[in-house]
Amino acid sequence: MATNDPTPTNARPDNARVVKRLLFVVVGMFGFGFALVPLYEVFCDITGFNGRTKNEQAAANTRQVDTSRTINVQFITRVNKGMPWGFSPEVNSVRVHPGETKVVNFLASNPTGQNMVAQAIPSVAPGEAGLYLNKTECFCFNQQPLAAGADTKMPMQFYLDPDIPEHIHTLTLSYTMYDMTANAQPDVLATFEATPSAD
Amino acid sequence: MSTVAGEMDHNDHHHHAPSGFTRWLFTTNHKDIGSMYLWFSFIMFLVGGSMAMVIRAELFQPGLQLVDPHFFNQMTTVHGLIMVFGAVMPAFTGLANWMVPLMIGAPDMALPRMNNWSFWILPFAFAILLASLFMEGGGPAFGWTFYAPLSTTYSSDSTALFVFSVHIMGISSIMGAINVIVTIMNMRAPGMTYMKMPLFVWTWFITAFLLIAVMPVLAGAVTMVLTDKYFGTSFFDAAGGGDPVLFQHIFWFFGHPEVYIMILPSFGIISAIIPAFSRKRLFGYSSMVYATAAIAGLSFIVWAHHMFTTGMPVAAEIFFMYATMLISVPTGVKVFNWVATMWRGSITFETPMLFALAFVILFTIGGFSGLMLAITPVDFQYHDTYFVVAHFHYVLVSGAIFSIMAAAYYWLPKWTGHMYDETLAKWHFWCSLISVNLLFFPMHFAGLAGMPRRIPDYSLQFADINQIVSIGGFAFGLSQLIFLWVVIKCARGGEKAPAKPWEGAEGLEWTVPSPAPYHTFETPPEVK
Repeated sequence: MATNDPTPTNARPDNARVVKRLLFVVVGMFGFGFALVPLYEVFCDITGFNGRTKNEQAAANTRQVDTSRTINVQFITRVNKGMPWGFSPEVNSVRVHPGETKVVNFLASNPTGQNMVAQAIPSVAPGEAGLYLNKTECFCFNQQPLAAGADTKMPMQFYLDPDIPEHIHTLTLSYTMYDMTANAQPDVLATFEATPSAD
Repeated sequence: MSTVAGEMDHNDHHHHAPSGFTRWLFTTNHKDIGSMYLWFSFIMFLVGGSMAMVIRAELFQPGLQLVDPHFFNQMTTVHGLIMVFGAVMPAFTGLANWMVPLMIGAPDMALPRMNNWSFWILPFAFAILLASLFMEGGGPAFGWTFYAPLSTTYSSDSTALFVFSVHIMGISSIMGAINVIVTIMNMRAPGMTYMKMPLFVWTWFITAFLLIAVMPVLAGAVTMVLTDKYFGTSFFDAAGGGDPVLFQHIFWFFGHPEVYIMILPSFGIISAIIPAFSRKRLFGYSSMVYATAAIAGLSFIVWAHHMFTTGMPVAAEIFFMYATMLISVPTGVKVFNWVATMWRGSITFETPMLFALAFVILFTIGGFSGLMLAITPVDFQYHDTYFVVAHFHYVLVSGAIFSIMAAAYYWLPKWTGHMYDETLAKWHFWCSLISVNLLFFPMHFAGLAGMPRRIPDYSLQFADINQIVSIGGFAFGLSQLIFLWVVIKCARGGEKAPAKPWEGAEGLEWTVPSPAPYHTFETPPEVK
């Protein structure tokens, strides 16, 4: 740039200021990428998007049972790839009235020679139905320890909110069982010592 | 960061163009850096292209004959990464380096030392990525989209190298984008108002904002993959309370603006070339600017159209379907403006114009197949088939790459001071045009018939189509060697190019001699 620039209109603008602002955007967007994680969580919880279901204990059922409607609730179970457990529902589906409390048992077995800890992760289809599925008791709230060769019956108690939209006639509750032995909570692992041999 | 163009120029005044390797290593000259970007991207284009040749050779016949499936997956993955981050994006950055200062009458980029950095970290990024192919367990094999859990639970040990190389590529793009924005905002010649800027400058200005908005999100996504894989976090791991679908949301929040990053500068190039060879002013200049801005804005609210089959609620699918279709409005404005520019023009068909015309037609075909994919119910059938492969190769190869070649032919006389060999260039064009269609058009049919993408083997009924596609692929790959030949020949000699070799060309870049001197516009030109 010519040292004695005759054009005052081209006075050296402040590059550093623009760069600073742009870097601010860059840092902000990097943060936004991470902010998407909790935002997504909140968004899914509110909308039931992506089959998210409330995975915590619901208040006991005090709702009116709506006997005019019957909804078919189906159960699907699978184990994550490489997970050796057996895992299945006792019944494949139940028919419930909205507001009615049901208990369904799930069967799990650990055919390996090792004590293992697993966690079941639920998902509901259609997604919007997840908002109306209330579990008052579920094995999926906690990690499940199972000693080598043992099997167990795990109860799940639920009711459907009577506000469930009219067009939902069937909903599917799917559980995937994940091996959590490597990151088991200490109090769950402690149960193996407390009961030296299951069965 | 506070480096100003002024002090660098003072240093350079006294020793023009130092020689040897250090000239290139330490250069802060926008033309040198632009040339390095362009050569680098061409080398990457050939490297990524040879991987495509491996893919097409394996798919020449059904069954597994040449490579094992794991290596095939590495080829599709690294082909995609190299072409996106190593070929198309650096080529555009190279063009921006060369042309933006010349087009706005600036002596150099605003931040020349950062410019040197943003180029020189790139070869290291790609050296790391390519080296990972030779590690035990192989390189990235999860697709360029690196969906979790493929990139976390099931990826090879070299994934950390992939992550770091993407980090470096991202830093390079962000620095390049900041440089372009600061240059355009602060270094325009007197009288060069925003609405007088050539469209290539405008489209790059908008692209640069897209880059600084989404490259950091990509950096975040790869960082989460890194910590999920190596440090026990559970961003995308359902067992730990995360969600693999979240990965797709974050990735495509970056990914969709990214595909516009790879096409908006093309729009600028085509908007320079078509008026030049039609000998008419560009039709609808301001609508072009607003359409570009509209496309950039819309690109942030359409990402989930890549994820229709993940089980989204119907309301979301409908929203993303219509938002996606809305993009065809500003894109249509552009296509019609180009056609209107040619209307009743005195058109001649030199190679840049041929590539530009092919761009308009073939990019529009790619746009139409994109519209088909936007329709949610049919996307359930097209998803992850060769129809998608055909779609994005039409917009990226016969779109972005063709526009880059058009740009290269258009500005080669300005860069080298020589006219390129028009006969050879026409050979390059016609061979490329025929082979690119032979390569990608039949893929539509394979996809509609249900052939899945990213699979090294296929059912027998796809054998004929794949054979044709592979032949087209080999022919297209070989055709690019003609391009290499033309460029080398043009750089080494040829007919002397005048300052303005194209009769109808407009813009400040044609007011400086050819080849453009090492320093230009040290006194800013006056724009009327």
